[in-house]
Amino acid sequence: MDWGIATLDTAADIGMELDALCAPKLEQSSLSGDNSHTAHVILYSSTIMASRVEILNEGGFRSDGRRQYELRSIEIDLSQQGHADGSATFTHGLTQVLVSVFGPREAKMRSQTIHDRANINVELSIAAFSAGDRRKRSRGDKRVLELAAAIKSTFEPVIQTSLYPRSQIDIFVQVVQQDGGLLQACINATTVALMSAGIPMIDFVCAVSGGVHSTSPLLDLTMLEENDVPNLTVAMMPKTKKVSLVTMETRLHVDRFEEVFKLAAEAGQAIHGEMKAAILKWSKSLVKTMGQDREGGGEMDDVGFE
Amino acid sequence: MISFASFPSKSHEITYEEARHHPNVKDDLMEFDDYEDFESSGSRLTCPGETLTSSQAYMRGHGTYVDNEEVIASVAGTIERVNKLVTVRAIRSRYNPEVGDLVVGRITEVQPRRWKVDAHSRQDAVLMLSSVNLPGGVQRRKLESDELQMRGFFEEGDLLVAEVQAFFSDGAMSLHTRSLKYGKLRNGQLVVVPPILVRRLKSHFLTLPCGVDLILGLNGYIWVSKHVKENEQEGEEGFDAEAVYSNVNDEIDEATRTAISRVMHIIRMLTSHFIPLTDTLLLEAYEWAIEHETGVRDLLQQDFGDALVASITAGR
Repeated sequence: MDWGIATLDTAADIGMELDALCAPKLEQSSLSGDNSHTAHVILYSSTIMASRVEILNEGGFRSDGRRQYELRSIEIDLSQQGHADGSATFTHGLTQVLVSVFGPREAKMRSQTIHDRANINVELSIAAFSAGDRRKRSRGDKRVLELAAAIKSTFEPVIQTSLYPRSQIDIFVQVVQQDGGLLQACINATTVALMSAGIPMIDFVCAVSGGVHSTSPLLDLTMLEENDVPNLTVAMMPKTKKVSLVTMETRLHVDRFEEVFKLAAEAGQAIHGEMKAAILKWSKSLVKTMGQDREGGGEMDDVGFE
Repeated sequence: MISFASFPSKSHEITYEEARHHPNVKDDLMEFDDYEDFESSGSRLTCPGETLTSSQAYMRGHGTYVDNEEVIASVAGTIERVNKLVTVRAIRSRYNPEVGDLVVGRITEVQPRRWKVDAHSRQDAVLMLSSVNLPGGVQRRKLESDELQMRGFFEEGDLLVAEVQAFFSDGAMSLHTRSLKYGKLRNGQLVVVPPILVRRLKSHFLTLPCGVDLILGLNGYIWVSKHVKENEQEGEEGFDAEAVYSNVNDEIDEATRTAISRVMHIIRMLTSHFIPLTDTLLLEAYEWAIEHETGVRDLLQQDFGDALVASITAGR
């Protein structure tokens, strides 16, 4: 490649300026040109490139090799976590969120009980190592509280809280890794965790983030894209086709909004498929180990529902 | 159009990770994979938002709701039908009390004329002062002096075995301990399991031949304790209040301690594999463990537990 040779010189220059220790090696490399040192030089050239990374290149690919409407890989783990009534680990690409649900149970504080329905308590914590720069967030951090409030208000209309008067449902969200789409991962993880706890809900809640790069919409943004592109997160209910949350922290042109919004809602359906398959697979494996001796369940005839 | 990147799948039972297909293909696959299997095994699975049937022909039961003349599931679990009543039973959930159930609980609070009891339900249960046995005769009026010494009977943190007596209007349950079998627990250890894994049995007081008593609370709290001989059981005729509400453990010898912890570990192992507990299963597992282990510690190891579960479920 042409530019490869061109940057070799510039990178070597920078290297000598920046790092005195590297200097003898680089000098050596210019003399002998052996392989290990060229690798060193390429490292420099890639950092130079990173400053002007393309969100969407001419071939229609994004920085991580996805197409415009492609979602990241999803992984759902419903295995038991400690004494939680329901728990789930949800992974969107490099974003990973862990949710434990306790309840419905007696409220810890009497003042929090509501006489005709259950109180939902969401606590979010972000691991210090979850993002690129190590940063400890306190419990009272504004950003953390805001995310927790968003999760709470998303699930309040979906959970049938009136069935559990004077109780409390605790949702503990732990962010393990973050690479964009944090809120979407939290909401999706909470949905499956609530289901594994057997808490009655009127529907799934599926969240996806979307953004617009110049005129082309993108789905499921990584952190790199999120920082560069106006974006929004949409949480929708696939059965009723209702939207329980739309949030936007950046400015998005009003003409573009509808397009992204519709696309995100459509992507929600795809996520719903994944979540449903995971829940069914999990239920199936548990029903199987419980065996056929379950009272009542065995004799059900399958006809008559149509 | 939305497409998915496919990644190599990990073969773990609960982790959901598999090759994704194009949406057009996926619908056919789903139907084949999931539904065919359930129909043959007899129990159909569903998840929230799934339409079960129309509400004109059927009645909605627990775990369902009606919207737009359709009965829709609200929990993930198995569909059950009794005549016209359609219910969905959640796979895992908190304990749903029924009158007459035997439960093990822990006192959380002492209030005027009542105790609050944590019984793994959606609200703390209530144990009224009038529904416990008091010293000096079973049929006796509760006096003010009894009210003043409530902490002498049950204190915060005490464990007890009781029966569900009735429900309050908000769904909280009321317990009673008006039988010599019920009351404060001592000489043992508590283990908590998902309530669905404790089945209704003829008797929930089990005695294993290894000198261990078991109380299988239907709320998923299990009490494993030293065996107490029938005739030594406190409060025969004279109802010895001192002994019933005692906070002091009897002397427990080394062998019994080992047996208790072995039973505990077996219960934990079985429930981590989501296997319902029965007396025969526990006995079988205990014998297998005695035969194969080098010490109780072995039961803490995952592979030993897997082998145990594999061998005892193979026979079923």
